[in-house]
Amino acid sequence: MAAIDGPKGTASSGAGLLAGLLGVGVLLTIFMASRTHDPRFMVHAYIFMAAFTLALAVLVIGISADRFVQSEDKYEDGVIRAGVIASLFWGVVGMLVGLVIASQLSWPNLFYFPEFGWLNFGRLRPLHTSGVIFAFGGNVLIATSFYVVQRTCKARLAGGIAPWVVFWGYQLFIVLAATGYLMGVTQSREYAEPEWYVDIWLTVVWVTYLLVFLGTIWKRKEPHIYVANWFYLAFIVTVAMLHIVNNLAVPVSPLSSHSYSLFSGVQDALVQWWYGHNAVGFFLTAGFLAIMYYFIPKRAERPVYSYRLSIVHFWALIFIYIWAGPHHLHYTALPQWAQTLGMTFSIMLWMPSWGGMINGLMTLSGAWDKLRTDAVMRMLIASLAFYGMSTFEGPVMSVRAVNALSHYTDWTIGHVHSGALGWVGFVSFGAIYCLVPWLWKRPRLYSDRLVEWHFWIATIGILLYIAAMWVSGIMEGLMWREYTSEGFLAYSFVQTVEAKHVANMIRALGGLLYLSGTLIMVYNVWRTIRGDVAALEKNAVLVQPAASGPAPKGAAVAAE
Amino acid sequence: MWKHHQKLERHSLLLVIVILVVVAIGGLVEISPLFYLESTIEKVDGIRPYTPLELAGRDIYVREGCYVCHSQMIRPLRDEVERYGHYSLAAESMYDHPFQWGSKRTGPDLARVGGKYSDGWQVDHLTNPRAVVPESVMPPYAFLAKKDLDYRDIADKLRAQRAVGVPYGDAMIAKAATDLETQADPFASGGTALKKRYGPKVNQRDFDGQPDRISDMDALIAYLQMLGTTVDFTTYKADAGENLR
Amino acid sequence: MTYETLSRIVQQGGTVYFSLLFLMVCVYAFWPKNKETFDRAARLPLDED
Repeated sequence: MAAIDGPKGTASSGAGLLAGLLGVGVLLTIFMASRTHDPRFMVHAYIFMAAFTLALAVLVIGISADRFVQSEDKYEDGVIRAGVIASLFWGVVGMLVGLVIASQLSWPNLFYFPEFGWLNFGRLRPLHTSGVIFAFGGNVLIATSFYVVQRTCKARLAGGIAPWVVFWGYQLFIVLAATGYLMGVTQSREYAEPEWYVDIWLTVVWVTYLLVFLGTIWKRKEPHIYVANWFYLAFIVTVAMLHIVNNLAVPVSPLSSHSYSLFSGVQDALVQWWYGHNAVGFFLTAGFLAIMYYFIPKRAERPVYSYRLSIVHFWALIFIYIWAGPHHLHYTALPQWAQTLGMTFSIMLWMPSWGGMINGLMTLSGAWDKLRTDAVMRMLIASLAFYGMSTFEGPVMSVRAVNALSHYTDWTIGHVHSGALGWVGFVSFGAIYCLVPWLWKRPRLYSDRLVEWHFWIATIGILLYIAAMWVSGIMEGLMWREYTSEGFLAYSFVQTVEAKHVANMIRALGGLLYLSGTLIMVYNVWRTIRGDVAALEKNAVLVQPAASGPAPKGAAVAAE
Repeated sequence: MWKHHQKLERHSLLLVIVILVVVAIGGLVEISPLFYLESTIEKVDGIRPYTPLELAGRDIYVREGCYVCHSQMIRPLRDEVERYGHYSLAAESMYDHPFQWGSKRTGPDLARVGGKYSDGWQVDHLTNPRAVVPESVMPPYAFLAKKDLDYRDIADKLRAQRAVGVPYGDAMIAKAATDLETQADPFASGGTALKKRYGPKVNQRDFDGQPDRISDMDALIAYLQMLGTTVDFTTYKADAGENLR
Repeated sequence: MTYETLSRIVQQGGTVYFSLLFLMVCVYAFWPKNKETFDRAARLPLDED
């Protein structure tokens, strides 16, 4: 590591090239904004232009001040710190929008504004899903992957300023997607709503991300590639494949914000759910399993329970997951053979899912007391418990007979949230609680008691949320199919809507609690970054694992 | 074999390629047959491309995110068929780029909503859902009636649809704007030509109750009123061998 | 060859092929000789810095 590979000027010349590209981008977006008669496209052209101009200015100043010469003997942690902050920011935004739309379904008279169509449920719902999945989850994944790949390869991130291009390019993608949803720019493909030009932009950013990640692996000092990096690689590569195929479309014109999918009807439906299910499988599962495989061993200060199991886990999971998409289309016009395949693989998926969960849980064997003493550890382990629960529920719901009842109901919403809030949310919070002291070189978090509060408030929020959705989902499913003794349908549709009112309010309360927990975390992280320690805890014994403290990295690595 | 896996653990590019191969299999096996197996889509009479006004309305349906709460896919289950009508055929969405099957019924299925309610009911309900259905949780869409439909690019839209495989002919594209205006005006002279191009069942009337303008509301209701109405189920034989899948 | 025969061959062959592949991954992962490599790999996150 001490030996510096490559000349020092690389990053700087890369910055020059990037500045040139940005200049072209600015001119192109000015041209597009001036020629289009689609107002929504124009807004996005201006956003692109503003972003490119800003980036160009920063680059020019940076180049002239010679700020892009980086030393190879230090880790690139700045971009990870930015990623942690962005994760928290988008997490709060995404969860807040979720609370708003939950309130809309509970109290439509209070939360709908006839004059502001852009605040309607149909526009805010993609803002919520993309906000929490791609803005919050995506930033967590990018930040943690940059951290993990550097530490396990003992190499600085590759590509000079490329990691920053990934970071800011990804934020631009989020802003374009979010503003698009509010304006009604959407492809109507769930979890892939952004339109064609935003998709192209994301592809550019994503390929850069892959190259940075691979480039760092190529620089590694250790011959073996650690298993967390396999999961990150599978996540990056597969998401790229899914994103490109699912978003194949023909724009109405090169200056239009609208496009039509290349596929139609039944084929389009399966392509979309092949994408949609594997957005869960590879974005929300493989990516976050990578977090598990690094942060749980690190926090527990013991190696993963079985590295051999992790190899089997990896190949079985990525092979089986990709088949499960058709279970979203049971009893539809999709041919039955495809439905059966999807169901079979969904049930098989239970095994690798639980294999992974057990591997994570058992890492703690011999150190179970940490569950009591370390709230961050408890959060990480609780995330695995929720993972186990929702990956058991998933195969059950993929059985056609069960799906006949559960499909189209709130049960699906509850299932998704036990995975999203419990698994993805908690494993992310756990990782961020670990990362903040490491990145900002603080001996400990501002307050461990606040982590306890966060854990319990969020846990109660999740339980309220999923219990409410089980009740309302199964209830409406049963009401839809109930017959009177005379053989007529027992309930009109709107009676089932009315019957869900209480469950809807409990769901909103659960969401409020979960969001409150996140706000507590934001406060805790902010005080930690400032370097404070809560007055009550000043004399407490440090519970942070010693190994996770800030080591003088440059020196330690150079000593290798 | 053992040495080979060790190579994977050490060669990242090889690892990437093997991952790609492994994750590509499932999609290839499940998705690609749908494009060439003829049994995937039934042969049905009556399926036609959307008229320009309906297509514009469909784009509004997509823009407002209606698919988030309304499915357009009736499953062959007794209660669904009784509640919503004949189960949906694959053929009925063969010109849907993108599909609108949906995944959630916060509101009822709309696959066969066409003709179920009057235009006036649709306008009232979209304007203020709770004025018509007190327990509804649907958002209000009063603004649709106050906005003139922007159809400057309607011919481009038809052209893009043709590029992805919808059989719009040259005349349909050339007359797209005229056809759109004709369909929203019961007294327009082009009605015969419109029906010659898109079939006799096309609804030609003022949908939003504002005869002096073509609004977003006109287009959306024109779309809703044709949903699920194209196939004549009195002549469709669901049990016929070629329709079993 | 009809579509049905082709599809049956692919289905059965595929099942056997992928099951074998899975078995080979398992055997590799649990082969005693490889234990040392894996134990070292598992410590990668711990012995950094």
